Amino acid sequence: MSEKINGSEALMKGLIAEGVDRVFGYPGGAIMPVYDKLYSYSDRILHVLTRHEQGAIHAAQGYARVSGKVGVVIVTSGPAATNVITGLSDALMDSTPLVVITGQVGSALLGSDAFQETDVVGITQPITKWAYQIRRPEDVAYALARAFYIARTGRPGPVVLDFTKDAQTGFTDWNYKRCDFIRSYIPVPELRQDDLLTVANLINASERPMILSGQGVMISGAEKELAAVAEKCDIPVAATLLGLSTMPSDHPLYKGMLGMHGNIGPNVNTNRADLLIAVGMRFDDRVTGDTSKYAPQAKIVHIDIDASEFNKNIRTDARIHGDAKEALTALLPLLKERKHTEWLASFEEPERVEAERCMKRELYPQDCGDAMRMGEVAMKVAEATGNRAILVTDVGQNQMMSARYFRYTDPKSIITSGGLGTMGFGLPAAIGAKMGAPERTVCFFTGDGGLQMTMQELGTIMEYGTAVKIILCNNNFLGNVRQWQALFFGGRFSQTPMVNPDFVMICKAYGIPAENVERRDQLDGAIGRMLASEGSYLINVNIDEKDMVFPMTVAGRPVDEILLNPDEYYPLNK
Amino acid sequence: MEDKTLFTITVFSENHVGLLNQISIIFTRRCLNIESISASPCSIRGVHKLTITCWSDRRSLEKVVQQIEKRIDVLKAFLYTDDDIVYQEVALYKVSTSQLLDEKDLEQIIRRHNARILEITREYTVLEKTGHSDETEMLFSELKNYGITQFVRSGRVAITKSDTEYVTLFIEEQEKRRESIEKQNNNIDK
Repeated sequence: MSEKINGSEALMKGLIAEGVDRVFGYPGGAIMPVYDKLYSYSDRILHVLTRHEQGAIHAAQGYARVSGKVGVVIVTSGPAATNVITGLSDALMDSTPLVVITGQVGSALLGSDAFQETDVVGITQPITKWAYQIRRPEDVAYALARAFYIARTGRPGPVVLDFTKDAQTGFTDWNYKRCDFIRSYIPVPELRQDDLLTVANLINASERPMILSGQGVMISGAEKELAAVAEKCDIPVAATLLGLSTMPSDHPLYKGMLGMHGNIGPNVNTNRADLLIAVGMRFDDRVTGDTSKYAPQAKIVHIDIDASEFNKNIRTDARIHGDAKEALTALLPLLKERKHTEWLASFEEPERVEAERCMKRELYPQDCGDAMRMGEVAMKVAEATGNRAILVTDVGQNQMMSARYFRYTDPKSIITSGGLGTMGFGLPAAIGAKMGAPERTVCFFTGDGGLQMTMQELGTIMEYGTAVKIILCNNNFLGNVRQWQALFFGGRFSQTPMVNPDFVMICKAYGIPAENVERRDQLDGAIGRMLASEGSYLINVNIDEKDMVFPMTVAGRPVDEILLNPDEYYPLNK
Repeated sequence: MEDKTLFTITVFSENHVGLLNQISIIFTRRCLNIESISASPCSIRGVHKLTITCWSDRRSLEKVVQQIEKRIDVLKAFLYTDDDIVYQEVALYKVSTSQLLDEKDLEQIIRRHNARILEITREYTVLEKTGHSDETEMLFSELKNYGITQFVRSGRVAITKSDTEYVTLFIEEQEKRRESIEKQNNNIDK
């Protein structure tokens, strides 16, 4: 008979059994027994103390997304639990595996409006893959095993375990068994041969096919299989924002990013293609524009592990329900070798127009004096890292510009809040990303707005010496909102100009080296010093406030109706 | 926009705390009104069955069913129109006993509607009628003239006309899957 342990110790042992060696969190009243046990286990589980619970969950997201492991968060009840709500919603949208443990008042007090009590399961059910309340110490093992299994398998997502205080302190036998089966859940469905044949026939018969590569390819680790299919059938590949780096930027078949601020080629050719092969992506409205005018000539093939994505936004003609890597592997031998020379060449004209009308102004600006543009900064930083860095972004223009102008060599090289668009996501996510991939350079692009939403996490960098390279694209404006105000609201800049602090002084207070980059001739030197420094480093780059992200598909308009600048549409003769 | 039809959704799930909330928020988020709902254990041990009716179009409810089935604790969910199922509701009516005794027509009404008397006291009588909502509604409107002190109608319950019992099949297949995973694990242990 084994000795009894309390629920908090059961949690520690369970985390170790699941291979967890790092958690992100913040202590408080209703989770103190857990933190007390954590103290005894600090040689096996490293706890990263962020400066806010929102920081803890975004850091766990960054960590999970670069490492493919489950991110673990431990916070207390009430306000701490509500502070992780944004991260949960973000992780559900972007399919990030998390196990979030929230403290809860003792089970006898549930429903009594006790101090720091909130209905965590009720609040989190719509924004988690699974939410469960642990009310008895003997349920810890069952709940934890299930939580990890659910979070990491199938389409990954966040799980909440709401842990009552009496379950933390009560005693139980210890018997942990990892979960590998839930009767009501099929994480990886078996491929159906008839589906594979239907899809193969469609691909073999198509003249103008295009692959849309989403984050599912990355989660499944199907980058090589994707390239093999594309190469065998000579199919151009476009990536969603979260699908960036599933194919290296310099691959001849890689044709760029989809979506509102994506490349013109893949967007206009969406509406010229006769077949779209969507892999691990979900036809987000930022990718499709007006769905009634989306891909009118194309049959749609959808490969996804989540059955609820089929026919959700776009009607599919054929589907493969399953894991992307398994599906592409099974598909490959059924496909015929093809050449689509003319179709591939059709990407050149839009590429040329984009280079001339959008990129030149961004990368080699002549008309903004000393101030710089975000595109040129992103390009220079990417080049200086040999295109090998992990890009972490905040949300807004900094995100779109850096995603567009970074170049990607290795998989899992972009961490960005895609679905939810969470400003303030970037800094803590970059900290988590560096902790999850310590051997890689992590470059964090942010704006003056987003940085200030979670700026307290500079304290976490200070405490743990996390080497995050911060590129602050500072235009003293909420730039993306400003852009929409300039284009669609008659230039009425309502609440978008910002009076900012001295960011270099702030960094100094945290012991983080930082410098202002006022003029273009200072940029290369600053990037060099930033990348050469051992730890974290911030460059505060003076950005032209009128800088706008182009090309741009206007929200709700067809995907091939593209603004090249405030006055010109593609195609030019239109 | 398609015309609205009354659809029946059946959900087979584990019997867990908070399950109903997980289902109902899927409707709330899409601004769909649940017309009726009925939930209880079904013939399979440990499995609960919910029967939900909702006025909407097929496309919207197909997506709702996909979202319901995606919930971890849900085994299976199905979408039906009235043609696919045999369905029934039960309604209870409370009327005053003195009225019942005084009015000759009332006996005729009760007979015609095949209603049953569940309980008679000096003060009140409780009638029961099973049927489709239009049928229970019809009895209600006839009894209304004689005074109804209480009326209640259950949610719909439904059974499919299909020859295949998909839930049973699903559970059997899952049981096989569990056994094969267990076998694999035992092999690894050896």
